[in-house]
Amino acid sequence: MANKTVQFEIKRQAGPDDPANWERFEVEWRPGMNVISAMMEIATNPVTAEGKPTTPITYDSNCLEEICGSCAMRINGKARMACSALVDRLEQPIKVEPLSKFPLVRDLQVDRSVLFENLKRVKAWVPVDGTYDLGSGPRVYPQQQEVNYPLSNCISCTCCMEVCPQFNEATGFVGAATIAQVKLFNNHPTGKVFKEERLRALSGDGGIQECGYAQNCVQACPKQIPLTTAISDVGRDVIVQKAKDWLRG
Amino acid sequence: MATPRIIVVGGGLAGLAAVIKIAEAGGSVDLFSIVPVKRSHSVCAQGGINAAKNLKGEGDTTWQHFDDTIYGGDFLANQTPVKAMCEAAPGIIDLLDRMGVPFNRTPEGLLDFRRFGGTLYHRTAFAGATTGQQLLYALDEQVRRYESEGKVKKYEGWEFLSAIVDGKGVARGITAMNLRTMELHAFPAEAVILATGGNGAIFGKSTNSVVCTGSAQSAIFQQGAYYANGEFIQVHPTSIPGEDKLRLMSESARGEGGRVWVPRKPGDNRAPRQIPDAERFYFLEEWYPKYGNLVPRDVATRAIHKVVYELVLGLEGQPMVYLDLTHIDRDTLDRKLGGILEIYEKFVGVDPHEEPMKIFPGMHYTMGGLWVDFNQMTNIPGLFAAGECEYQYHGANRLGANSLVSCIFGGFQAGPNAMKYAKNVAAAEGDGGAAKELARQAEINKKLMTNEGTENPFRLWRELGQTMTEHVTVTRYNKGLQKADEKIVELLDRYKRVNLSDRSQWANTSFAFARQLKNMLELSRTITLGALQRDESRGAHYKPDFPERNDEKFLKTTKASFTGTIAGPNLEYEDVDIQYIKPRPRRYDAAK
Repeated sequence: MANKTVQFEIKRQAGPDDPANWERFEVEWRPGMNVISAMMEIATNPVTAEGKPTTPITYDSNCLEEICGSCAMRINGKARMACSALVDRLEQPIKVEPLSKFPLVRDLQVDRSVLFENLKRVKAWVPVDGTYDLGSGPRVYPQQQEVNYPLSNCISCTCCMEVCPQFNEATGFVGAATIAQVKLFNNHPTGKVFKEERLRALSGDGGIQECGYAQNCVQACPKQIPLTTAISDVGRDVIVQKAKDWLRG
Repeated sequence: MATPRIIVVGGGLAGLAAVIKIAEAGGSVDLFSIVPVKRSHSVCAQGGINAAKNLKGEGDTTWQHFDDTIYGGDFLANQTPVKAMCEAAPGIIDLLDRMGVPFNRTPEGLLDFRRFGGTLYHRTAFAGATTGQQLLYALDEQVRRYESEGKVKKYEGWEFLSAIVDGKGVARGITAMNLRTMELHAFPAEAVILATGGNGAIFGKSTNSVVCTGSAQSAIFQQGAYYANGEFIQVHPTSIPGEDKLRLMSESARGEGGRVWVPRKPGDNRAPRQIPDAERFYFLEEWYPKYGNLVPRDVATRAIHKVVYELVLGLEGQPMVYLDLTHIDRDTLDRKLGGILEIYEKFVGVDPHEEPMKIFPGMHYTMGGLWVDFNQMTNIPGLFAAGECEYQYHGANRLGANSLVSCIFGGFQAGPNAMKYAKNVAAAEGDGGAAKELARQAEINKKLMTNEGTENPFRLWRELGQTMTEHVTVTRYNKGLQKADEKIVELLDRYKRVNLSDRSQWANTSFAFARQLKNMLELSRTITLGALQRDESRGAHYKPDFPERNDEKFLKTTKASFTGTIAGPNLEYEDVDIQYIKPRPRRYDAAK
């Protein structure tokens, strides 16, 4: 009996200006197999299902345990992490494509640096005085920690941005991930010194008002971050800030 | 003089810690990383970070932390830097706390601490079970702040290839390759800090991330840097076997009360919760009553191997044992271990709240690494190293939750020391050897890109991993080590006939991998031959034919230097600094 196999259709594109095409692959099934391990297998024998030699697939990956945020791609049409996409739970042929809202580099690799630029814009850090010994940090009660920790779990995978209908060139929307980080740092006893600046950064074009409440983000987030709650909390703070700024003239 | 320019290679905890110190001191940093630094392997650390804060009324002290670390490392670590690290640890926790790391808290709002392996104290601060992620993010955020102030320039998506070393043997910068355009560049600097992490990829499957190949360390080693204690490889007792990698199941699971067991009766196929307590073999608790499930990793790993391979009690006859959390209430588990339980559930499809996890040891960490002096400088002047890529803090076995503190402490030492060095170093003559080094790298690239042959680099890598895992991990026999070295020599020869199925000059990941593979092969010989020559058992290095520690002969640091010959690296031995704690027998079946 022939060994059980898994069918893949993978979108290939040699570079940003090259035409895209689909290649079919047939890979030997193994227990617990995920999409990444199939692509590792293809690299050891880069031949399509039709027997045509091809190149190993270019994709981002690193930790393979859904914590580094590298391997986000579209699998059977859904934005998700390829490492935790177990083939036994996917309909075949498994269709694998790059994220569609970011500049393509090659094959499944895209450039997601926009998120890191956004994090700079909202000053997503706690401005400590320095690294010398200044004693312990502010007291934080478990109840607060339990609000902040989930927000701090964001792995910057950008799935929330990929699935957002408002995240596109026309709106310039920052996306849910950045807004959740604003909530996180505004919650911090020291981080909140930049609260007003962060809220103002989110109040103009591409800011929080672009959100159309489609709620796709919270469903796509592999870390179950309460993104829509964060958006409504920060949205309220942005309005209050605007009112304050208006009153101050 | 002008602001010193310092290059940091690697954006994990050690690299970022160094960057922060340099930027804070007014230096200018070029930070190189294969991946966006926020995706570095430090993100995978789970359980916590050690510091003797003594917030549980146990009388813990930094001296106790120091003693546990030295004892856990079987006395192989130089004591002066370890002592300094343990003394600095409480301040490092405070700093991380100030930076906003969401550590778990006590009801009074103070830092909570849990127990970890190799100690009897609650000494481990933690943020759920994703502490490494939270620490990395905190440092990443501080570096982003300096980046926005123009003090740090990031080169993400660049791979370090080599150091630029001038005619006097002094480091003057690096060469690196842009992983999109595949272009080579030389980057001059007054000092270079390597913080390039571990080398798990040498073992094929490990708990490490894809980028942890050890390639950078190996490149430097081949340029004349000593590689120290390479034979000391930590195999973590509890990982989830997988097709693409071994996923870590944190020691914190046992720190929070998790118990390791197998059915007493071989072939007992009842569902685990149907097996009454009396018919379960809690072997760690029976064999090590004082430390129980929290013996150090090398001890737990050997115990699991004994249960599986000697007593033949593996689950369903397979190399697996139970790690059981089902007796702990759901709320506590979610609050303290949520992240790792989610990993198990996602990748295995079984809920660990309800059913014991099936785990087995997996390659996890290298205690060995680039040799550095107490200022974190390698034997190449101007070239520093920090974090897992250097050898200094863990001796023959690392204690759990000591890696995060050693990374940050090492980076905090390397940064200021590199600054001090850079301010005083004489200017390079001419280009410091940059053009020559760049030409050498270009030649390597050209040859690889046009090489004719039949060998697939990924398949060679798979063979390397199988050999290393079989012969150079938990139990080592000289015959097996010799076999492994012969295999590596064979692979090095076959590498000459490596054929890239992708010859394009754009985002060519197999090309970058093939370059790393050569360096992996060279470094694996050093690991294997270091193990072969060390005829004793110490920490993670275990030879049944030489079951005792031999201080007379081997209380010494192995220093390997590259020869470029078929004979392999040259090995020499250096005395260990034991000025504070006199070596004593290491045993965990009784209080130490």
